[in-house]
Amino acid sequence: MSLIQETDFGTPRSKSAGLVTLTIDGRSVTVPEGTSIMRAAMEAGTQIPKLCATDMVDAFGSCRLCLIEIEGRAGTPASCTSPAMNGLVVHTQTERLKKLRKGVMELYISDHPLDCLTCAANGDCELQDMAGAVGLRDVRYGYEGDNHVFARTNGDINAAWMPKDESNPYFTYDPSKCIVCSRCVRACEQVQGTFALTISGRGFDSRVSPGMSESFLGSECVSCGACVQACPTATLTEKSVIEIGQPEHSVVTTCAYCGVGCAFKAEMRGEEVVRMVPYKDGKANRGHSCVKGRFAWGYTTHKERILKPMIRDHISEPWREVSWDEAFNFAATKFRGIQQKYGRDAVGGITSSRCTNEETYLVQKLIRAGFGNNNVDTCARVCHSPTGYGLSTTFGTSAGTQDFDSVEHSDVVMVIGANPASAHPVFASRLKKRLRQGAKLIVLDPRRTEMVEAPHLKAQHLPLLPGTNVAVLTAMAHVIVTEGLVDEAFVRERCDWSEFEDWAAFVALPNNSPEATAIMTGVEPNELRGHPQHRARGAFLPDGTLRSQPALSTPAGSRAPKLGEHSVEVLREHGLSQEEIEGLRVARAIA
Amino acid sequence: MSMRLFISRDAGAVAVGADDVALAFEQAAARRGIEIEIVRTGSRGLYWLEPLVEVATPQGRVAFGPVTPTDAPFLLEAIISDGPHPLRLGITEEIPWLRRQTRLTFARCGVIDPRSVDDYRAHGGYKGLERALTLGADAILADVTTSGLRGRGGAGFPTGIKWRTVALASGTRKYIVCNADEGDSGTFADRMIMEGDPFVVIEGMTIAGVAVGASKGYIYIRSEYPHAIQAMNAAILAAKRAGYLGADIGSSSHSFELEVRVGAGAYVCGEETSLLESLEGRRGIVRAKPPLPAHHGLFGKPTVINNVLSFAAIPFILAGGAQAYADFGMGRSRGTMPIQLAGNIRYGGLFETAFGITLGELVDDIGGGTLTGRAVRAVQVGGPLGAYFPRALFDTPFDYEAFAARDGLIGHGGIVVFDDSVDMAKQARFAMEFCAKCTPCRIGSTRGVETIDKIRRGERVAENIAVVEDLCNTMKFGSLCALGGFTPYPVMSALKHFKDDFGPATHLQAAE
Repeated sequence: MSLIQETDFGTPRSKSAGLVTLTIDGRSVTVPEGTSIMRAAMEAGTQIPKLCATDMVDAFGSCRLCLIEIEGRAGTPASCTSPAMNGLVVHTQTERLKKLRKGVMELYISDHPLDCLTCAANGDCELQDMAGAVGLRDVRYGYEGDNHVFARTNGDINAAWMPKDESNPYFTYDPSKCIVCSRCVRACEQVQGTFALTISGRGFDSRVSPGMSESFLGSECVSCGACVQACPTATLTEKSVIEIGQPEHSVVTTCAYCGVGCAFKAEMRGEEVVRMVPYKDGKANRGHSCVKGRFAWGYTTHKERILKPMIRDHISEPWREVSWDEAFNFAATKFRGIQQKYGRDAVGGITSSRCTNEETYLVQKLIRAGFGNNNVDTCARVCHSPTGYGLSTTFGTSAGTQDFDSVEHSDVVMVIGANPASAHPVFASRLKKRLRQGAKLIVLDPRRTEMVEAPHLKAQHLPLLPGTNVAVLTAMAHVIVTEGLVDEAFVRERCDWSEFEDWAAFVALPNNSPEATAIMTGVEPNELRGHPQHRARGAFLPDGTLRSQPALSTPAGSRAPKLGEHSVEVLREHGLSQEEIEGLRVARAIA
Repeated sequence: MSMRLFISRDAGAVAVGADDVALAFEQAAARRGIEIEIVRTGSRGLYWLEPLVEVATPQGRVAFGPVTPTDAPFLLEAIISDGPHPLRLGITEEIPWLRRQTRLTFARCGVIDPRSVDDYRAHGGYKGLERALTLGADAILADVTTSGLRGRGGAGFPTGIKWRTVALASGTRKYIVCNADEGDSGTFADRMIMEGDPFVVIEGMTIAGVAVGASKGYIYIRSEYPHAIQAMNAAILAAKRAGYLGADIGSSSHSFELEVRVGAGAYVCGEETSLLESLEGRRGIVRAKPPLPAHHGLFGKPTVINNVLSFAAIPFILAGGAQAYADFGMGRSRGTMPIQLAGNIRYGGLFETAFGITLGELVDDIGGGTLTGRAVRAVQVGGPLGAYFPRALFDTPFDYEAFAARDGLIGHGGIVVFDDSVDMAKQARFAMEFCAKCTPCRIGSTRGVETIDKIRRGERVAENIAVVEDLCNTMKFGSLCALGGFTPYPVMSALKHFKDDFGPATHLQAAE
């Protein structure tokens, strides 16, 4: 076991299909068009020095360490902002570049404390790494000049110095260690979409500022921790790291909170969790997390956690710690006794979506194979059962038809009765990112949720009366059908055409029009008409309590049910319902 | 027939009392019982003669200046009697300082009423747009390319290529942005033209819109220019009423809207990408290039962003003057440059002339040396980021490449003159205000000033000069934008040409 070091490619992956080939330090590299030279170099195994670049956010070009030379071009462009192009011949290490980088590092360190040995980031500091990488040996400017490092300079109060902000319960902000790379500001904007951070002041006075020079806790910050993860120094540091020290090994795990299923590296020292770092390989979260997964893991070592098997014969007795063997025997004997007395169907099993996939699988196996009945269920009965029914009726499977990544390709997203901003924050961040790129959002909800209006995005909100989802969707379908907005080729490819025609004739009835249904739905008819974007390929995100209905399949590309807890859908896939066995196949009566 | 007088409403003229002079003439005429009409024009750019009063005569306008309010009654008598007057300068156009110029861009500045579309048209205005509308986009781009016009903001990038890039870029919307955040020390040409001939800027931007397929333009004016903001807003309204802005401009199928946006007082917003950020309502910090604004500019759309003077040069070029424009100049610097003479100079003002005139001619001959009468020691060309040139380099022709070859730049065409009392080490420490996006600028500018101060205090002079040289190298090649990239120019040139000043301060203090 060791600490998993994920490669930081410096800039995000390019999704272009076209390829370009260039030469970096004498080696030929082929990368997708739109890839930065920095990333291309990393793909080829060369790490160009960098501080302001990190692959979770777009290139910024501010630190000026990643300079390169390109044959036939004047100057020393930054490799993070220079796109790889066919035929370029790039050099990442020349005498000129070495001198420039050393010059930049000398400036950085002239305004940075030299307390590396007692610094919380010691061993995990990119500034330290870069000082080493460029061979900085001397800071000729001295430390008597203007700085943000010392509370007092030459005996006088240093107005530029700011005390540590420890207001946030999970991390600290130490402005004296800040190198103003803006990684935190950009992470807050681009990854999380909260826009709580900015840079205040100009020139040498620039500092990271939560809101209008507020404290972190007093600002708009939602403590998602994306800024802490992005920070290359000790400026933003988890309090747990300050207290414990650097971790030494990681365990990849899944967050136990909501239904997004974020992957994490639990970074450990011995058996102690030092911090939780969202895993970039996690297909649901792609390296991002919310406050719960990243910081609210105190329960892992909570004193009330039950760590040993306990049994008791009667509810009036106290629990008794026993060996596993005794506990198993006790449980098996009791269950068998019940079955013998009351019949085979007298026992069953219910698991929770908080359990692991393996546990839930084994429970249904135990009930079906061990006890010989189909009496298994989960909390998915309440939240996923209606969507599952709707999805399986419409699509032949009760699972979502898309993965979370597909939101990056959606042009229109309709959220029905769900509020991912509070229930599935990491997915909400990914959705908001796409919306800021220009995708449209329609929110069908009596509530004015955070999805309706967030920084730099505004949804079309249809504040329908409770219980009228189907009527609104039918009215929407009415508009699509009667205004000739149906993408016929798309429908023919996916639906039985004659059944579609039946359905189309039904929704086209005048009593299904926006005008006719307005009286019960409360939705302004104009809100449903004149929106050709409804036709665009998109995603539907019905809440768990909504029954899907056929109208959805007409204009939509795909749908995902928004489920309450982390493995609701998986529970069903693992056969944790009466009607379906593993793989979402329909269960047969056990003879 | 009533008497027609012309008095500038230019901020530079108003600052020395032009409004009071105009009022004094009105009062004097009322007492005398004669009718006069005072046309408030822009400035001719002969600032040492402001407030300049011109009177219409059959031979042309006759100029008097500098006039004070107390001169008004006597001057009025002299005008009526056509008698002599000590302030009489003769026919305005014949004043040598003006006659020696080649005024293509500033042809109407100081002549017309900047609030009157009719006056603008009567002096050849809107001929360029009218022709452009008949030419179509390709021919407009060809004309701009033929003229050899290069961006007058300082970078000198060929305008034709920039416009063609935007014309070829695909985008649902395109924008025209005029950079009027004129913040370089010793420059005032943008302000002058906006106050004196705002329609030429509007016409130039409209032609750009037609050429690249943009229907919306913004003029970003620094907040320190209230008169220019007022003049541009008034001119936009007048152009709209006359059908030269809005839908179907000049009875064509093109539409073009213009809007003035006022900066919030940041020098860095004169850098084009910072300006775009500021226009979008964000903090004014530099964007990394690529992508170029031509591909990904304002609100992410293809954008032409040019300086005021670049747009103002366009109407002449499109009115059939592309080749005539190109015939002026030298080498790759074609056409004319409105040069601004400022600082410690006897004849300060705007001098538009073809490229190729030498720095010496501009400073000694046209500028008349220093105002203090002392010897010229240094001139800074191209704003605060321009190099300091000593007399030894006065043979340098005013030309982008010639200045670059001597580690200088012509920038926006500002020349600031210093006499022999200047302390060049003190000049070199003038730190600019930066956006702080990139490290060399953010920390380097502060450390640079500190190190120069050490040198001036005599601390380890040789070592610290080496540190400054290294820092300049880091800033010149390491900075994100031209601001940081050019900061070393004044410092390095001061070090190179005036090394004696770098040591314990012993010099006379320059007037500041």
